[in-house]
Amino acid sequence: MAIDVQSSPQAVPEADLVNDFALMVATKNGSGSQTSNLVLIRTLFKMGIPVSGKNLFPSNIKGLPTWYTIRASKDGYIARRATTEIAIAFNQDTAAQDIADLPVGGVCMIPQDWQWGRSRDDITWYEVPVKELITQAEVPSDFRDRIANMVYVGACAHLFDMPLDIIYEALLDQFNGKEKPAKMNYDVIMLAHEWAANNLTKADPYHFAPLNLTEGKILIEGNEAAALGSLFGGVNVAAWYPITPSTSLIDGVISHLNLRRDPETGKNTVAVVQAEDELAAIGMIIGAGWAGARAMTATSGPGISLMAEFAGLAYFAEIPCVIWDVTRVGPSTGLPTRTSQGDLLFMYFLGHGDSRQIVMIPGSVAECFEFGWRSFDLAEAVQTPVFVMSDLDLGMNLWMSDPFDYPDTPINRGKTLADRGQLEGFLEEFGEWYRYRDYDKDGVTYRTIPGVEHRQAAYFTRGTGHNDMAVYSERAEDWVQNMERLHRKFDTARTLVPQPIIDHTPDNPVGLISYGSNDPAIAEARDRLAASGIQTNYMRIRALPFAQAVKDFVMGHERVYVIENNSDGQMHQLLRLDIAEDTTHMAAMPLGDTLPMTAQWIFDEITARETN
Amino acid sequence: MTTRNRTNDLGLTRADYKGGKSTLCPGCGHDSISNHIISVAHEMSLPMHKVIKMSGIGCSSKTPAYFLGGSHAFNAIHGRMPSVVTGATLANHSLTAIAVSGDGDTGSIGLGQYKHLMRRNVPMVYIIENNGVYGLTKGQFSATADEGQVLKYYGRNDLPPIDLALEAVIGGCTFVGRGFSGDSKQVQALLKAAISHHGTAVLDIISPCVTFNNRPDSTKSYVYGKDNQILLHEIDFTPQGFVPAREEITVDSYESGEVIEVEMHDGSFIRLKKLSRDHDPRSRSEAVRLLEEAEREQLFLTGLIYYEEPRPTLGETLEIHSTPLAQLTEAHLRPSRETLDDVMKRFM
Repeated sequence: MAIDVQSSPQAVPEADLVNDFALMVATKNGSGSQTSNLVLIRTLFKMGIPVSGKNLFPSNIKGLPTWYTIRASKDGYIARRATTEIAIAFNQDTAAQDIADLPVGGVCMIPQDWQWGRSRDDITWYEVPVKELITQAEVPSDFRDRIANMVYVGACAHLFDMPLDIIYEALLDQFNGKEKPAKMNYDVIMLAHEWAANNLTKADPYHFAPLNLTEGKILIEGNEAAALGSLFGGVNVAAWYPITPSTSLIDGVISHLNLRRDPETGKNTVAVVQAEDELAAIGMIIGAGWAGARAMTATSGPGISLMAEFAGLAYFAEIPCVIWDVTRVGPSTGLPTRTSQGDLLFMYFLGHGDSRQIVMIPGSVAECFEFGWRSFDLAEAVQTPVFVMSDLDLGMNLWMSDPFDYPDTPINRGKTLADRGQLEGFLEEFGEWYRYRDYDKDGVTYRTIPGVEHRQAAYFTRGTGHNDMAVYSERAEDWVQNMERLHRKFDTARTLVPQPIIDHTPDNPVGLISYGSNDPAIAEARDRLAASGIQTNYMRIRALPFAQAVKDFVMGHERVYVIENNSDGQMHQLLRLDIAEDTTHMAAMPLGDTLPMTAQWIFDEITARETN
Repeated sequence: MTTRNRTNDLGLTRADYKGGKSTLCPGCGHDSISNHIISVAHEMSLPMHKVIKMSGIGCSSKTPAYFLGGSHAFNAIHGRMPSVVTGATLANHSLTAIAVSGDGDTGSIGLGQYKHLMRRNVPMVYIIENNGVYGLTKGQFSATADEGQVLKYYGRNDLPPIDLALEAVIGGCTFVGRGFSGDSKQVQALLKAAISHHGTAVLDIISPCVTFNNRPDSTKSYVYGKDNQILLHEIDFTPQGFVPAREEITVDSYESGEVIEVEMHDGSFIRLKKLSRDHDPRSRSEAVRLLEEAEREQLFLTGLIYYEEPRPTLGETLEIHSTPLAQLTEAHLRPSRETLDDVMKRFM
């Protein structure tokens, strides 16, 4: 089957472009392309090339368009790239736009069976006979449609120089070491590779070449990292209700549950409960946290809405628990498969009456792991719900990372009088124990847990008015005194939450502030800004409430830009609220375009603002 | 020495099981139920530190403050006490959960959690203090109010009631009883059995609201209850470790169905002596038929409506550790450094 492949009308650039471009695969949701895409990205990772993958998928089970973009970067940049040089256009419904979006000199691989014709003459075309190749391969008919996606893997392997043996390793990884499915897929890849070698003439400048920049590194999604962190943090009860994009976080807890199975008895030290809704999920973790267990849930914006009443109760009743919000765009259902940082204000003020919640904001998969375990220590140390704000981009995409550090502090149960001896010791020292009396003057009080065998251990937990002895009270003075203590506790929390990461050169007038998954884009943009003569300092906020260092950074710069992925500039608003000084030198720089942030946007925006 | 002053196995008197002073209206049926709980806990020598008192929102849900002052309590939010109990009992399965709800709390926003609780067989006693009316918000109809009933401010109730006992039977609850707060003997026997039950035990107790729903024509009033209560059977509860006084009963009485004896999961016994009606609570279809008849004929039938050999509790289904999860220490809570290294290798 000889196919006449004409070379592209444009000339091949003189220098090859190696390990610094992006490749996008356009397919239909549910077609099985995710396996092929993961094999591609894992192969590059195993070749030692820094990679990142962004899955842009629809809220749909089967049939709607999905795009998977793989970026290779010899310089180690892992943010989403604004342009994509190579399109594997395997979805006829979107092919016209996918091809139109290619830059001049780009590459389009397309099924030959469509007889698409070459709609542009300034890109390189590779037509691949997908149907023919699949018919040749001895694939059981049930698998044909799914395995068809392996054709582009094989063609890419030839065109862009991906070694077949490494592809096979990646396949084995993808199938958990099972040789049968790996082999079946590999046969198709080899067939397509061989066909491409015999029939396609390389006419574009893009190549992958082995590097040694991923050795010792891992490739993992933020949600799985968070799940592992939670398990290493001692989670006992995980109650949840499925919602994109948080579902894979609890899936991760379930799939790694063996880590917490007692080897002696075979029994679980974690109970995972799929609740009837988010109302019940948070109720369960509050009950568990109250009774002394480490409890968590994971949800997204609409679930947070449903949890509002219980979150308010837990704030006032001072019950530790951990709530992950893997954020997505908009209201229920908004754009459930697009990313956003739009729940920040909502989470912070969640509850009725005066409440300000603690929010941890991981900026990498390593921090998803770290905050996974640290959130439980913080929740128990402050005796309050702790929210952890991740997002779809961080949670559901694969990220390259150093292996996670083992927790560097032992489990901290806070001021918990967990047994008779501890309560007696306390009574000996203080002569009394009352649940909400501020013995240490830091706002955090001592709690007993149900089951402590002591006649003074019991107390009544309620959201309604109570005095510091946990006795029902409608006295105004009692309410005010309690709120003053909660404010004290809030200030204590400022010192206990993860402090901001600051990259600071003295006398540099420009300060950038951001948080969460924007970090890689900002790192890349800063390099480019520096190369163009704009030096910047950078602070990545890692938690609410703000530490003192946050204020110092804002006040220590002539011009400050708060870069975030929501429309309202929510962090900017919070900073202005929290800093009781003139902050007119601090500008909002919100994006909120439903996609992971790019360095290009930051570079353009800062350049424009700094040169005006 | 009267029962009230007698010390129990723990050396405690009945007074030791009391709580704070009630703030409910004088004569409220709910206060009677609090007193029944106090008596039963005393008689059963319940260690108070092993009891948790749980509630939602409403008049009924305030009552845990009025009994068992030595027990931890959690006054949660409207209709969502079940989820809190689910979490608390997973955290510590050795606790005895006594939960109080009302018809407003359970029959409206709480209906979903009520059903899912019993589906999971969360080990707890779920008491519904059922008066057909909202008290704290001043006299609105609840979902259990009588159809056609007229109340002072809210007029006529045109909707049929939800039977919360029937919902429990259909929902797979393995212990369902109905009582009348004014009948201390039966309520206390039902309470003892419910506390001994391995799983969710629901007690729907008609508990008159003296302020908003106590007119004699209301099926939730004192007068109606006193005049119309029909005992399904006489209930005897024999705690674990005691031999039931079988000698009083002839073998014939078992065989003829005059007496039904149920051995509970913990070795205690419930013995039901037949009165005017035949009812075998071990049959679900019989329980459903009975409740439908009661609804149709407006019969106030009380007693053990349904009992079945309990399924595993939620904690057992999830195969959680025998040590309460809340009491596990670092060795069980945090896998080793080597384990993390191994896990990391899988992602390389």
